[in-house]
Amino acid sequence: MTIEALTRLQFAVTTLYHYLFVPLSISLALFTAVLQTAHVRHVARTGDDRYGRLSLLVGKLLMTTFAVGVVTGLVQEFQFGLSWSAFARFYGDVFGPTLAVEGMLAFFLEATFLGLWWFGRDRLPVLVHLATIWVVAVGTAISAFVILAANSFMQNPVAYTVDAATGRARLGSFRDLLLNELNLAAFPHTYAGAVMAGGALVMAVGVWHLLRGQYAHGTPEFAAFRTLSRFGAWATLAGGALVSISGDLLGKVITEVQPMKMAAAEALYRTTTGAPFSIFSYAPLGSDDPTFSVEVPGFLSFLAKGSFTAQVLGLKDLQDAYAAQFGPGDYTPSIPVAFWSFRLMIGVGMFAAVVALVHLWVTRRSRTLDPDPRLAQGLLWSVGLLPLLPLFANSFGWIFTETARQPWLVFGLFKTSEGVSPGLSFAEVATSLVAFTLVYGALALVWVKLAVRLVRRGLPELPAPAPEPADDELTPSY
Amino acid sequence: MTVDLPVLWYGVTVLAWVLFFVLEGFDFGVGFLGPLLGRTEAERGAAVRTVGPVWDGNEVWLVAAVGVTFAAFPDWYAALLSGLYLPMIALLLLLAVRGVAIEFRGKHDTARWRDGCDAALATSSLLLAGTWGAVLGVLVSGLALSPDGEVHGGGLTRSLAPVLGPWAVLGGFAGVLLATVHGATFLSLRTTGVLRVRARRLTVAAAPALVVIALALFIAAGHAVVAAAAALLALAAVAAWRRAEALAFAATTAAVAGTVVAVFTAHLAEGSQVLLRSTLSPAGDVTLRAAAASDGALHLITVAGVVVLPAVVAYQAWSYWVFRRRVATGFAREPRVRVAR
Repeated sequence: MTIEALTRLQFAVTTLYHYLFVPLSISLALFTAVLQTAHVRHVARTGDDRYGRLSLLVGKLLMTTFAVGVVTGLVQEFQFGLSWSAFARFYGDVFGPTLAVEGMLAFFLEATFLGLWWFGRDRLPVLVHLATIWVVAVGTAISAFVILAANSFMQNPVAYTVDAATGRARLGSFRDLLLNELNLAAFPHTYAGAVMAGGALVMAVGVWHLLRGQYAHGTPEFAAFRTLSRFGAWATLAGGALVSISGDLLGKVITEVQPMKMAAAEALYRTTTGAPFSIFSYAPLGSDDPTFSVEVPGFLSFLAKGSFTAQVLGLKDLQDAYAAQFGPGDYTPSIPVAFWSFRLMIGVGMFAAVVALVHLWVTRRSRTLDPDPRLAQGLLWSVGLLPLLPLFANSFGWIFTETARQPWLVFGLFKTSEGVSPGLSFAEVATSLVAFTLVYGALALVWVKLAVRLVRRGLPELPAPAPEPADDELTPSY
Repeated sequence: MTVDLPVLWYGVTVLAWVLFFVLEGFDFGVGFLGPLLGRTEAERGAAVRTVGPVWDGNEVWLVAAVGVTFAAFPDWYAALLSGLYLPMIALLLLLAVRGVAIEFRGKHDTARWRDGCDAALATSSLLLAGTWGAVLGVLVSGLALSPDGEVHGGGLTRSLAPVLGPWAVLGGFAGVLLATVHGATFLSLRTTGVLRVRARRLTVAAAPALVVIALALFIAAGHAVVAAAAALLALAAVAAWRRAEALAFAATTAAVAGTVVAVFTAHLAEGSQVLLRSTLSPAGDVTLRAAAASDGALHLITVAGVVVLPAVVAYQAWSYWVFRRRVATGFAREPRVRVAR
């Protein structure tokens, strides 16, 4: 294995791991804010505190998830200097400000206000306390937008010049960098994917409690978990709808700016008019022609260009064009990885949306899960799997995005092979990769254990307002 | 009026690092002092709660410091991180363990769980203080940078060797001691009862050792700020002894800030403007002018920084104000929820 391959593997491992916690943090922050808002509006009128108790449960899941997201996100920020210093030098003028702005603008908000939200219940007026969690939710969205702008630059460089003297990229307009047409499609797609991930998680939590039979019908707990499961199902479904619409848009932008990527996603070797979309395809290694495939005629052209008869460029023609433009070399990414990650992203994600739809149908009006035991049993089985589906769809999406850009780090400008830290030794990367794997593995185990315990414990009680401590010693310390 | 943007951003970068070390300095100290000074479970829990609401916001100063270093001086960022590859990886993993230990500690309610979290918190905090101190020591001594700004050759020892040098070892030692004194003054300021007393006594006991180190350094390196830090630490010891906790904490804060400034400006001799010295040849030095980003990029972060950073400081200050009451031992562990009226 080359040092470049090992360094790429490390980046993939740390990024994919980080990105298990990011979508959950984004959506759980949003859900906590929504549920707490419902609580504030609801409890005053009806005295029903189910939303408050649910927001506390979801908020606890958020806290544990956010903690892992923060510490693994820190690794991401350092990684460009650690392992990809040549890339950091080339790209620092564009990426550095983007990271700095994200930290200053969004991450400070998230971290500070999450602390205020969690510890500030007794200290802050109700509406101020509610505002703190909304600030966290908005902060996560800003974070996502700015970071995706940095990634979008790597896919579709805009708003830059290359300095003739130093050969480095120079940032033109930050506004244009943020409003990269790819980012405008990628952000809603990614955000919707995050909502699906959190939606599926809280839906699974609700369904599990309903089917566990611990709470009798008519109890506040039963009603609350029914609310939670349907809330999660609606979020999954809404996320699924938005993911499809934005994905369609994103596909069209990618076809325009990175035609090779879409051709790889479809394993379309030759430029085709009215290209079909293949749902499944098998070709022997080294062969261009699938021996077996299931296709929807004209659908790829529709996905890529919005017309069933449009021409879609094939891999071979693109390879020839790039070789003419950038000099001799292999500009084709790994076709099987692109083809299958693209399909798994769509398939796994849509399956989660279908489960959510079934759940909403089964529990429509005031029905519970009881009437059809087989269906209920099926849903119970899905509980363990359900939260993983959108998470894996997110992961496959990133695998597709990043691997189908190869051999480029910045598309058309900077190759991956040129980016690795020049002094780095194989032994160092191997050591750090082992260390990351061990520590991340341990963190994952602890997180799962803690999340399962949190969920098992059921619906937390909303404690009564704390009496002001009378102790003289508790005088303000500042 | 024209502003020298690279110089301005050098100032902002150092300021971000200063804020990180000042704020996380007491977090690290509290992290390993809590389990030491807190004899009962309630006392240990109280110690962690003094930093519970704010440690995450404090840690973001690292994100800001690294982000600003990357944005304003990409070559410095690249040379420092790739040159200190393994120590930096160790710091990241230790920060991961520390953050998760604080955050997970109160989320499950058994003695074994909390003891495990306390052990992880104390160990990682102690190692963090030492390793960061060592890294600061490397900033003074420099790295074996070639003219391309990279350290080449040596396999595993390439990036490990720098933190085993004399300056780094001294830095590591000073880092642990500074975190001890700074954490102790913070604990005595933020708690009541027995924890408050023990933390105050620890300040009185530990600060003189640091004063001796600082004075030795002053004689060796001659940086005036180091002498000032020694004086401030002496002041902290006296103030703690006189039970003036706020003054003691202010003094250790200024001492940590001064030390970090001294480290970052160690090579900024008249005209040379070296950010990171190469131990091989002056050709490998990372200098302020050569490492700075383009004017366009600096201009952008100036606009963002002018608007955003004061707001950050304001709302972080507000969060410290919200949690201004001392933490007593024996409070309910979980925060309480106020039902809307």
